[in-house]
Amino acid sequence: MIVLKSPLLSLVNNMDLYNNIKQIHEAYNKKLLSPIELTKGYFQKIKASKHNAYLTLCEERATQQAKKADQILAQAGQIPHDRFPLLGIPIGIKDVLTIEGVRTTCASRMLEHYIPPYTATSVLRLETAGAIVLGKLNMDEFAMGSSNENSAFGPVLHPTHHDRVPGGSSGGSATAVKAGLCVAALGTDTGGSVRLPASYCGIVGMKPTYGTVSRFGLVAFASSLDQVGPLANTVEDVAKLLDVMAGHDPSDSTSLCTQKVNYTDLIQTTFDLKNLKIGVPNEYFMGGLQPGVDSSVHSALKWCETQGAKLISVNLPHTKYAVAVYYIIAVSEASSNLARYDSVRFGVRHPGKTEQDLVEFYKKARSLFGAEVKRRIILGTFSLSSGYYDAYYKRACQVRRLIQQDFDKAFNEVDVILSPVSPTTAFKIGEKTSDPLQMYLMDIFTIPVNLAGLPALSVPCGKDNEGLPVGLHMIGPAFGDGKLLAIANAFEKGFTINHG
Amino acid sequence: MANVYEAVIGLEVHAQLSTETKIFCSCQARVESGKTEIPANSNTCPICAGHPGILPVLNKKVVEYAIKAGLATGCEISLVNIFARKNYFYPDLPKGYQISQYENPICENGFLEIITKDGIKKKINIQRIHMEEDAGKNVHLAEFSLVNLNRAGVPLIEIVSGPDMRSAEEAGVYLRGLHAILTYLDICDGNMQEGNFRCDANISIRPRGAKEFGTRTEIKNVNSFRFVEKALDYEIKRQTDVVQSGQKVILETRTYDSGRGITLSLRTKEEAHDYRYFPEPDLIPLQISQELVEEIKNVLPELPSQKKERFAKDFGLSSYDASVLTSSKNLALFFEKAVRKLVLKGWNILDASKPMANFLTGEVARLLNDENIEINQSKLQIDHIVDVVTAVKDGLLSSTGAKQVIAMAWKNGDSVSIIIDREGLRQVSDNNILEQIVEKIIANYPVQMTQYLSCKEKILGFLVGQAMKESAGKANPVVIQDLFMKKLKGDHNASS
Repeated sequence: MIVLKSPLLSLVNNMDLYNNIKQIHEAYNKKLLSPIELTKGYFQKIKASKHNAYLTLCEERATQQAKKADQILAQAGQIPHDRFPLLGIPIGIKDVLTIEGVRTTCASRMLEHYIPPYTATSVLRLETAGAIVLGKLNMDEFAMGSSNENSAFGPVLHPTHHDRVPGGSSGGSATAVKAGLCVAALGTDTGGSVRLPASYCGIVGMKPTYGTVSRFGLVAFASSLDQVGPLANTVEDVAKLLDVMAGHDPSDSTSLCTQKVNYTDLIQTTFDLKNLKIGVPNEYFMGGLQPGVDSSVHSALKWCETQGAKLISVNLPHTKYAVAVYYIIAVSEASSNLARYDSVRFGVRHPGKTEQDLVEFYKKARSLFGAEVKRRIILGTFSLSSGYYDAYYKRACQVRRLIQQDFDKAFNEVDVILSPVSPTTAFKIGEKTSDPLQMYLMDIFTIPVNLAGLPALSVPCGKDNEGLPVGLHMIGPAFGDGKLLAIANAFEKGFTINHG
Repeated sequence: MANVYEAVIGLEVHAQLSTETKIFCSCQARVESGKTEIPANSNTCPICAGHPGILPVLNKKVVEYAIKAGLATGCEISLVNIFARKNYFYPDLPKGYQISQYENPICENGFLEIITKDGIKKKINIQRIHMEEDAGKNVHLAEFSLVNLNRAGVPLIEIVSGPDMRSAEEAGVYLRGLHAILTYLDICDGNMQEGNFRCDANISIRPRGAKEFGTRTEIKNVNSFRFVEKALDYEIKRQTDVVQSGQKVILETRTYDSGRGITLSLRTKEEAHDYRYFPEPDLIPLQISQELVEEIKNVLPELPSQKKERFAKDFGLSSYDASVLTSSKNLALFFEKAVRKLVLKGWNILDASKPMANFLTGEVARLLNDENIEINQSKLQIDHIVDVVTAVKDGLLSSTGAKQVIAMAWKNGDSVSIIIDREGLRQVSDNNILEQIVEKIIANYPVQMTQYLSCKEKILGFLVGQAMKESAGKANPVVIQDLFMKKLKGDHNASS
């Protein structure tokens, strides 16, 4: 601890010290820092940053929350962990989750001025636990993309390599955490949208078991795949956020009613990797991996072996269909979910002359969507159309079940499956925008997990020769979120990253 | 219709369920059943307004009500239910899709037995009953249109019949029967004007005896039983004319113009929707336990057919009277309460039910039909009808006078004694007064008097009629007749 109670400038310069919950709470307890000071510091840093990570800042709101945190702290003396486990922790929220009275754009022109009248359950739970919401984070439009280049409000820059993408669609969330523009952030993961940017930016990002975190207030892209997930600098912080958010929500019929696990407690005792059965899917290592990714993941696997874990090769034979299945199911659901944005119900409506012709009106309204969103709506509308439904949507649902069964079989043999998060590290801005298929393949390892509804996370495991982070993909069986976090925590604590 | 053709009619009924709250949120469901209109879009929340990010949570009561409807119509209840999204663009549909059921409706393979005027019994199949949410309402003004979402998310069941009806009359009987069942179950308010109970009719014609169906048209949203019958009659005639003139019926959706009494084309097949149904991912499959079904079965109320049987037996009513009285839950209840009141006053049950049934199936049923309302929506109270029946029995009111009193009470709700006095309808039964009249008539009609001696029945009627006229309708005809008979008998005896 070097920094003492200090003027704002020196606080901003030393903010790296306050990038995880434990350190901040220690500083609060020792009165080295107050929630108001830290919040001010974060806003200074955000305003000075060029990453384009935030779309909307909630300065006034955050200040109120910080004041309240100050009061609670003053009254309690120490952080009352039971009631306010996230007291005074500044976080950012992907702009696909609603906050009452705060603009929620989904990074789309369509919702440029949309102010929701209610707050998402996940956000509400974090705020109730004492978290301070700094603002809404940039993303790919309607969470559709793998690079954050699909934002209507400009791409997010990679936190360290500014000519690179941060990954998507939760690019703003990953960059903000890594660049120190918030302590932790919420993202959403439909096909890898939390794990991919976490991997590209070198932080921890988790997609919990489908149904663990309420989707109420998550503006839907693909309802059967979407899941809210935390991004943070450490596995422990991810666990802490998940602890607060997890649990049944009566407003979400698909949220799980299972017994609540205390993830934070679970990772306090170090998990012994000895005799851990690690599945290594043959289909995920069949070539095409960027050398830096391949070597980093292999050194991670080797380290696990040295800790006494057993590497067992497993087969996930239907992996080759995953991207195709995903791009039928996800876009089909999206075509329906995005129907309400037509400038009649929701969406910007330009005042002045009204089109007399309904078709003209719709043409104009729906042109507010970006190219990728339009592409997916058209694909989805096609897949669901009568005469095509059986061949596309229905077939895809059948294959989805086969992919789930692949995982079920594998988890009869192993405790966890390890793989790369993505075949490559962060690529250059503009490099893949002309070839959507190339872009879709970035999610080839993450997509099957969403189709199967499993928990998975990305934890840093190395860097390529340009110093770009590589993420290790850990996949657990359904409801195995706690054990997965424990394994990731052991890895994070024990494994030393080889820097390029 | 030229007898060569027969009509094939299938009906889709949308019934609003009278649950407290909407199907997927906690807003009020019975917004429009009250007398006072609430401000547009005041009964909404982010969920029924379809805000980005919202999710539906199914109202259990809706499932129970749908099961009730299924059990009352002999349906099989599916224990696993999948909801589906029906995608279409319309301004009053907030999410751009309607949450409905497609492949697994909650009820299937039921039936409803109908009896036509000629007494012919027929089974109409009910193919399916499924749960879904209602849309809002568009309000069209001169320059623009507005949307009111107060109704959006109100629970509906859609009841689909087989193509089993062969005339507008059969369709009307089926609809009234279904309406009675739903209101008996107390799961639907059943007010057609308010859209609680809406009907779409599919109709085609084919040569009598043919197996295959002709091209059908669909008549949308007709809001009264009589209009459904009229629309179908018109459509049968129209389609027959089309076919007979050598043209073909076009597959299209039509609307009924009640003012002109005709159907008009709304849209053709080319403009038909592809609803792109797919399973609703926001709702997990609904598992219904057999125990719940049994529980509901055990508490089902008396249904129209059962009540009809009981009425015929307990009240000594004709099959026709029993079926008219039980055609509406409210009318049946009104009848039962009124009879009970008389019985409590010491009446014999059959003496009470007979005149009560006569008034209710006659004058009252006519008034209900004319105004197309339910008895509880009128000003006529149970006390009115009880007082009328009592007054007739006491000889204070003639049956003609009784009809007048009912019509008056219907109009303004005044009490029976006030109406009798005000309208001067009190029947005269005093022998002294009536004897004078009888004497006068006998004196005035000597010829008829002589005729009476040879064929008395005919002439007696004439004489009583003259006496009634003389009394300006106020004389008690029973007393008059008695007096005549006494008089004439006496005279006859005297002359022989």
